[in-house]
Amino acid sequence: MTGKFISIEGIAKRYPGAGGGEIAVFEDLWLSMARGEFGCVIGHSGCGKTTVLNILAGLDAPSEGTVIVDGQAIEGTSLDRAVIFQSHALLPWRTVLGNVAYAVTSKWRGWDRAKVRAHAQTFIDLVGLTGAEHKRPSELSGGMKQRVGIARALSITPKIMLMDEPFSALDALTRGTLQDEVRRICLETGQTAFMITHDVDEAIYLADKIFLMTNGPGAVLAEIVENPLPKDRGRIDLHRHPYYYAVRNHIVDFLVSRSKSFASDTPGHDPRDVPVVRIGKPELTIASVSDLSHDESKQTSWSGLSRPSTSS
Amino acid sequence: MTSSLRFRAAILSIALFLAFIGIWHIATRGTGNIASMSPEYAKLMGLTATQGKSAMPGPLDVGLKLWEHLQRPFYDNGPNDKGLGIQLGYSMARVGLGYFLAVIVAIPLGFLIGMSPLINRALDPFIQILKPISPLAWMPLALYTIKDSGLSAIFVIFICSVWPMLLNTAFGVAAVRKEWINVARTLEVGTLRRAFTVILPAAAPTILTGMRISIGIAWLVIVAAEMLVGGTGIGYFVWNEWNNLSITNVIIAILLIGVVGMLLDQILARFTHMVTFPE
Repeated sequence: MTGKFISIEGIAKRYPGAGGGEIAVFEDLWLSMARGEFGCVIGHSGCGKTTVLNILAGLDAPSEGTVIVDGQAIEGTSLDRAVIFQSHALLPWRTVLGNVAYAVTSKWRGWDRAKVRAHAQTFIDLVGLTGAEHKRPSELSGGMKQRVGIARALSITPKIMLMDEPFSALDALTRGTLQDEVRRICLETGQTAFMITHDVDEAIYLADKIFLMTNGPGAVLAEIVENPLPKDRGRIDLHRHPYYYAVRNHIVDFLVSRSKSFASDTPGHDPRDVPVVRIGKPELTIASVSDLSHDESKQTSWSGLSRPSTSS
Repeated sequence: MTSSLRFRAAILSIALFLAFIGIWHIATRGTGNIASMSPEYAKLMGLTATQGKSAMPGPLDVGLKLWEHLQRPFYDNGPNDKGLGIQLGYSMARVGLGYFLAVIVAIPLGFLIGMSPLINRALDPFIQILKPISPLAWMPLALYTIKDSGLSAIFVIFICSVWPMLLNTAFGVAAVRKEWINVARTLEVGTLRRAFTVILPAAAPTILTGMRISIGIAWLVIVAAEMLVGGTGIGYFVWNEWNNLSITNVIIAILLIGVVGMLLDQILARFTHMVTFPE
């Protein structure tokens, strides 16, 4: 571990309930990430994923607990934490360049126009929108809008990128190319990223760590799945990797059955010490894949097909 | 095909106009029922009785008179005989001033109401009661306190145009999408800059719609206000010409009120179009 760059410490979010009491969306949530890591949260709707992200962003305050980023407890929003919104949230009266430049001038107030423009242009080029700078959001496709959202978030060179289901509104093809872009950019820049998703494949492709949350209300962080796939994985042949189905099945099993009954099945669950799941080689080895030597260490913890072993 | 639709609509408009003029002309052509009377009495009775001429002017009378007015719109022969241009100018100046004051008050206040739920709740009962009051009901109070009929008319314009702008601004500001506000928040944009760079552009179409409604109401009210206040203005002109029994001039004034109202509306519509953004 390279220390805790992001540390969520015992946060809870409660809303006043109908009968005068309080309903907790989630309670006593602990979660940490190292610098440069890509974390994905998966869970059903209503488990408070978006609330966790909003608290991280500073848009929402927890009812209890604190969030520490880079050694400092967060207070409100910050230019260190950029958000990519699900609905892209571009300002429709500004052009592509105008939207990115708005973020740039917000971070660097003193910059003159030419400098702001050049800086914004760099990030527009980075997301592959060169030539569309002067278009308005209404003239762009859904995928292009989200590219602008990504460029805007990156342009302020944040410490963390927070993404709330950024690709869920896009068609499968566009989603694929944007996933590639985000992965490339995060790897190139060593960006720390925290993403919410419903898409298991997206999580396996992008994330280093996958956080599984149980169903709300009263949701808890059940497991942290470490992604056993190599760093240089490609989206196209992801499913050919020998560990792919083991990871996928584990997550899908969790979402389908265990997320509902987790609390009753696991009475001794310690929210401060969430089990880390390391998935090893499946017993049914795929014949065509021969080279697994680079993941020797992870194979040992695998004990069966139905359930992986857990260790903290 | 839009061009052909526009062409056909224009043809129909012209046809309807000609039909209206034709019916008007026939209806006011004269009854032909001439009573026999002594010449002295006939002089007193006028053309209606002696030659069977209709009391209602026909389109030709109105057209000729309008042409006469358009030849010299800015003449000034004393208090009761001024050109139509001057009268309309007075009315527009009053509307402009009252409306401008209303903009200055309504838009900042609307911003405050839209941004603060507390102020919204606190001011709501006042607005609800003040809004439905006919602007002319304020006139006696205005005359008594301001002691100047011209300023009272401006006040009446102010009070009638303030409400649509206030309510639309408050609504537009309160309805700015949460995600746009969140963008500004995550970028640590200060309150004032957020108001000008996010809330104002986002609410501008709604605010301009309120301003467009207001200018329409202000133009409606100025005629009535000037009838009461007297002295100058197109409303006064209408009433003065009624007292002169010059129906021709009354019709011309009605026509011009309509034309100016349309122009004012079109100007605001153009502004609204300029700030509207496609999504």
